[in-house]
Amino acid sequence: MGMGARRGAWLRWVVIVAVLCLAGCAGKRTDALVFWTFGPEGEAVAQLLPDFERTHPDIQVEVQQLPLSAAHQKLLTAIAGGTTPDMAQLGNTWLPELVALHALAPLQRHVADSANVTSSDYFASIWATNVSDGQLYGIPWYVDTRLLFYRSDLLKQAGFDAPPRDWAGWRRMLAALSHPERKVYGILLPTNEYEQLLSLALQQPDPLLRDGDRYGNFESAGFERALTFYVDTFRLRQAPVVTNVEVSNPWEEFGRGTYAFYLSGPWNIGEFRKRLPAAEQADWSTAPLPGPDGPGAGLAGGASLVVFRASKRRRAAWALIEYLSQPEVQQRFYRLTGDMPPRRSSWDSPLLRDDVQARAFRDQLERVKPTPAVPEWERIAVMMQQVAARAVAGELTVDQAAAEMDRQADRILAKRRWLLDRAEAKR
Amino acid sequence: MSARRAAWLFLAPALLVLGVFFLIPVLGALVLSFTDYDLYALADLHNLRFVALGNYWALLHRPAFWAALGHTFYFVAVGVPLSLAASLGAALLLHSRLARCKAFFRTALFAPVVTTAVAMAVVWRYLFNTRYGWANHLLGMLGIHPVDWLGDPHWAMPTIILFAVWKNFGYNMIILLAGLQAIPVELYEAARIDGASAWRQFRHVSLPLLGPTLLMVAILTVSGYFQLFAEPYVMTEGGPLESTTSVLYLMYEDGFQWWNLGVASAEAFVLFLVMFAVTAAMLRLSSREQAGEAA
Repeated sequence: MGMGARRGAWLRWVVIVAVLCLAGCAGKRTDALVFWTFGPEGEAVAQLLPDFERTHPDIQVEVQQLPLSAAHQKLLTAIAGGTTPDMAQLGNTWLPELVALHALAPLQRHVADSANVTSSDYFASIWATNVSDGQLYGIPWYVDTRLLFYRSDLLKQAGFDAPPRDWAGWRRMLAALSHPERKVYGILLPTNEYEQLLSLALQQPDPLLRDGDRYGNFESAGFERALTFYVDTFRLRQAPVVTNVEVSNPWEEFGRGTYAFYLSGPWNIGEFRKRLPAAEQADWSTAPLPGPDGPGAGLAGGASLVVFRASKRRRAAWALIEYLSQPEVQQRFYRLTGDMPPRRSSWDSPLLRDDVQARAFRDQLERVKPTPAVPEWERIAVMMQQVAARAVAGELTVDQAAAEMDRQADRILAKRRWLLDRAEAKR
Repeated sequence: MSARRAAWLFLAPALLVLGVFFLIPVLGALVLSFTDYDLYALADLHNLRFVALGNYWALLHRPAFWAALGHTFYFVAVGVPLSLAASLGAALLLHSRLARCKAFFRTALFAPVVTTAVAMAVVWRYLFNTRYGWANHLLGMLGIHPVDWLGDPHWAMPTIILFAVWKNFGYNMIILLAGLQAIPVELYEAARIDGASAWRQFRHVSLPLLGPTLLMVAILTVSGYFQLFAEPYVMTEGGPLESTTSVLYLMYEDGFQWWNLGVASAEAFVLFLVMFAVTAAMLRLSSREQAGEAA
């Protein structure tokens, strides 16, 4: 009997030692700088790296490409498990969340010492999305905003020489270009994408959240105006009620003239050039987003380069950020990916300056606005779109939809209010 | 006494694995469901609050949860009978003495089970495309108006059910086929001599003897279908208008997209209770039926 017990204890030790060995092996690390990228940017970075490694022989970079769909989950899991990389590409709407998790290293000191990265050269609103509570946590890498792609030939046929500048003109064109009986519509607005409605909402003077981002502000006059314009576009049958799951090939549909306008982002310049036949290439262009009265604001999107707090190679990470922020490197990056640079000086090359279709983006980027910098924002935006889709389907009126958005936003922000109140009580 | 110890020793590896990979996580999730564990708590444990049954209470007051539960029941109530009928039908056809190329058909009908849902979803999304899909093309030939299969909130769930049934029926078919093959041929011979028609042979020989297999298959299918997730995830992303959002899908969004693990754990336990109640009721019903038949 005693023998059995001792053997049990012995066995337990064997198991424990084996587990520790395995953990030790898994924990083995190289000295390379680990850089996480999401989406197609990883391949482009791999092509930019040889030049960097030539000038920095002491730094070895290991680029790890992750699919965009898994990015959020991977990041949170890494933070929870303490296995973050040294640096990463990070969508600027996710930045507040990672800041709240204390996962990112502040970069202000590096920028102050840098000869290359100067904040005034960046589009101001894009730079601002990287600042939280006065601290800088990311350096903009590429920008993304939504504006109008349009079929210039169709507009001309309908008697319009130029793209719309304000909502009234836009509505007139949409009306003239829509023939729902032939399944031809003025514009494609997938009902499960929030960026379009959000862009219209950002053109309004009212903020999206109120009282220090404690409550939703969707019942404001401004937001209701944007929601009305959005919902009316569907009610007047100037846009089909479809989700992007159903529109498997928007480029072909655009080429076919199913939609005269498409409200989308910079990556589609490349897509349209690649996917539309040469004969149709002269028939489309881009235009800044029309606002309620005159050219309006747009969404300040894009991705930044961030360094993780837990990293032991912050200096090397910063060296790579500086390299990737050089205007020449950003221009090469644009050539490789079509991702637009966040610095004004990077736009000075003929490649970008003389590009008719990129020019509208350059113009729009001076008029972009950031979304509220709270960790809950992404969730609120998704919720906003879900409720808006119900209004589009006719289940809710605009007023009811706005009230429902506020109700749900307030619920989502409940924990944030509790935290803020507790912090104030302590003070 | 020593034998008893030895028995425990033999059981130990299995118990250890079960404990570490099942019991402890389940208990952990139960504890989690009584807290408001979220992003803020992940950042700093001081931000964690014990909310007792608060998450469960909030769930009962959340329309989105009731909607998801409704969609899940809809899927189970329509999908399970359809799936079982398809499996049984296919198994009977394969078992028939008139069938040719049995091995080929058995493999072909089983193939959807082992292909990945993602690849199949791509094909199905094309088949059910409103403008270019074959489904509407066929309806058009019959003179029926095109249906917005995946875009209309009323049609999206039926399309998902069709997809799930097609994807899964092969698995049950194999089990039922094995069940059919285990029925002694003499019973059919006896029935034929008594002059029983094919239908009556099926009704009074095949079905009663297949009973236990059918019950097992039904319970497995019900518990599988309650956990609807992959099909809407790859076909509709829960849309349109959240009409294909199941409880599990809601849980995935709350837990892994928004990191509200407390809420997500509560949803998991509610789903567990629902599944437990339904399968228990099924077992109860079938045992009463058997008792009734015996009497």
